[in-house]
Amino acid sequence: MPAQSAIVGIGQTQFSKKIGISEAAVAYQAIQNAVADAGLQMKDIDGLVRYSLDTNNEWQLAYNLGIPQLSYFAVAPGGGNAGANTIQLADLGIKGGLAKNIVVFRARNRGKQSSAGPGQFEGGRPWEKMATQVRETPKKFHNPYGLIAAVQEMAMIARRYMHEFGITYEHFGHVAITERAHAMRNPYAMMREPITMEDYLSARWIAEPLRLFDCCLETDGGAAVVVTSVERAKALKQKPAYILSTGNANVFMTVPGTNYFKPSLFSTESAAVAEMVYGRAGVKPKDVDAAMIYDAFTPRVLIGLEDFGFCKRGEGGDFVAEGNIAWPNGSIPTNTSGGSLSEIYLHGFNLITEAVRQIRGTSTSQVKDAEVVLVASGNFSPTSAFILGSQPS
Amino acid sequence: MTTQPKSIVVPVPSEEDREYWAGAKEGKLLIQKCGGCGRLRNFPSMGCPHCGILKWSWVQSKGKGKIYSWIVVHPPVLPAFADKVPYNVILVELEEGTRIVSSLVDCPNEKIAIGMPVEVVFEKLTEEITLPKFRPAIGAR
Ligand SMILES: [Zn+2]
Repeated sequence: MPAQSAIVGIGQTQFSKKIGISEAAVAYQAIQNAVADAGLQMKDIDGLVRYSLDTNNEWQLAYNLGIPQLSYFAVAPGGGNAGANTIQLADLGIKGGLAKNIVVFRARNRGKQSSAGPGQFEGGRPWEKMATQVRETPKKFHNPYGLIAAVQEMAMIARRYMHEFGITYEHFGHVAITERAHAMRNPYAMMREPITMEDYLSARWIAEPLRLFDCCLETDGGAAVVVTSVERAKALKQKPAYILSTGNANVFMTVPGTNYFKPSLFSTESAAVAEMVYGRAGVKPKDVDAAMIYDAFTPRVLIGLEDFGFCKRGEGGDFVAEGNIAWPNGSIPTNTSGGSLSEIYLHGFNLITEAVRQIRGTSTSQVKDAEVVLVASGNFSPTSAFILGSQPS
Repeated sequence: MTTQPKSIVVPVPSEEDREYWAGAKEGKLLIQKCGGCGRLRNFPSMGCPHCGILKWSWVQSKGKGKIYSWIVVHPPVLPAFADKVPYNVILVELEEGTRIVSSLVDCPNEKIAIGMPVEVVFEKLTEEITLPKFRPAIGAR
């Protein structure tokens, strides 16, 4: 089926460790920038999609941004797993004729020093604010042993991944080093100093087998996009990034974070969603020119490359070591803005704006003639993905 | 002068796991058994992921298994764990087939390995809550 919607505007705020404004103000700025980029005015916006973890809500955004009427609003459940789901909800809103121009955004102030706003979860680390009385299942069976932060949960999967497939620390290191090299060309990226394998291996442990540079940034900032119909897109000022397909997947015995109880840990949600988005778009892995794979921690990128068919299960380590994800010469340049590891951590929303830039031809690590770009959100949770095209079909 | 109570992270029992915690307090590691298909599952849950039946009973685990995966946690951690770093967290696959998150005691972190045989021990956390933990099995120590 040809695309019925397209991303026609992108915007972002300054990226910072201490931005000094609230998550609300971050959202307003990012959205204003995206709407202006599309050549639209706020009165043209009639739909809004957000992450459930965002602290901003519909009426407050409409009130402060001067949006006269919202006809469609939707919430994608989660954080890093929900990025592509927000785009699916916007695509469905357009397809259903429920709205004309839909804003999608993420605003997230989680630098260690940031506490500019009144929100309960604004500033600092969400996991450090957890109660000492744990009622939620399965957290109540895990937190008392000190398994609490996302990096700790991921480390357990990473260790098993290393064991089953012969993955090494250096394999993880190649992801961090490559994304840093991409970030060095991106003037908005927060981390622009090169890192070597020696730097990677000598960095401190966070949760063995993961070290500092395996982890995403703790940062403040926001980004937004505008989604509209294919017809309207043609009349707007930017080159449209057509939404070719979207998908969501929760599989047998999915448990977010501590996804440890399936018969195989590597029967993943992303493998299921890959079949959906490739099938619906009528494309194959070899047709994809650039990939944006959720990278809160480096092992996610290796496993994602496998799930989305760029290499076989267990080959992700050698695949990145051979330079396949590096711009410009790799077979599938990945996270070309520097991603969550080196640009900014926005629950993957910066991967969406970068995917649009690749289609437009405006990335600072631009893949020549990029026609098909994949965006894959957080795996080992209910997950989502979508594919953008430079043409509607 | 009162001493500051040590900050700890404590599970709050509920309908589907009350017996699990009661068992642990008595030194038994219980595994939930589906009242429909009879399959075992852990962590305790209301329904069965295999068949969706909302009934269950409990079987006592032999408490033996092997390390399926493991991590060693370094700072930053919650204040409750600040005096424990670096500490391990293990994922054990029990002989009965279910997996459980726990801690390995009586073993230096450097000696932890996937496949290591372990056996359950119990560590009192509060008057109400006892945590099942593991130590290297006899012969593996
Ligand atoms: Zn059952």
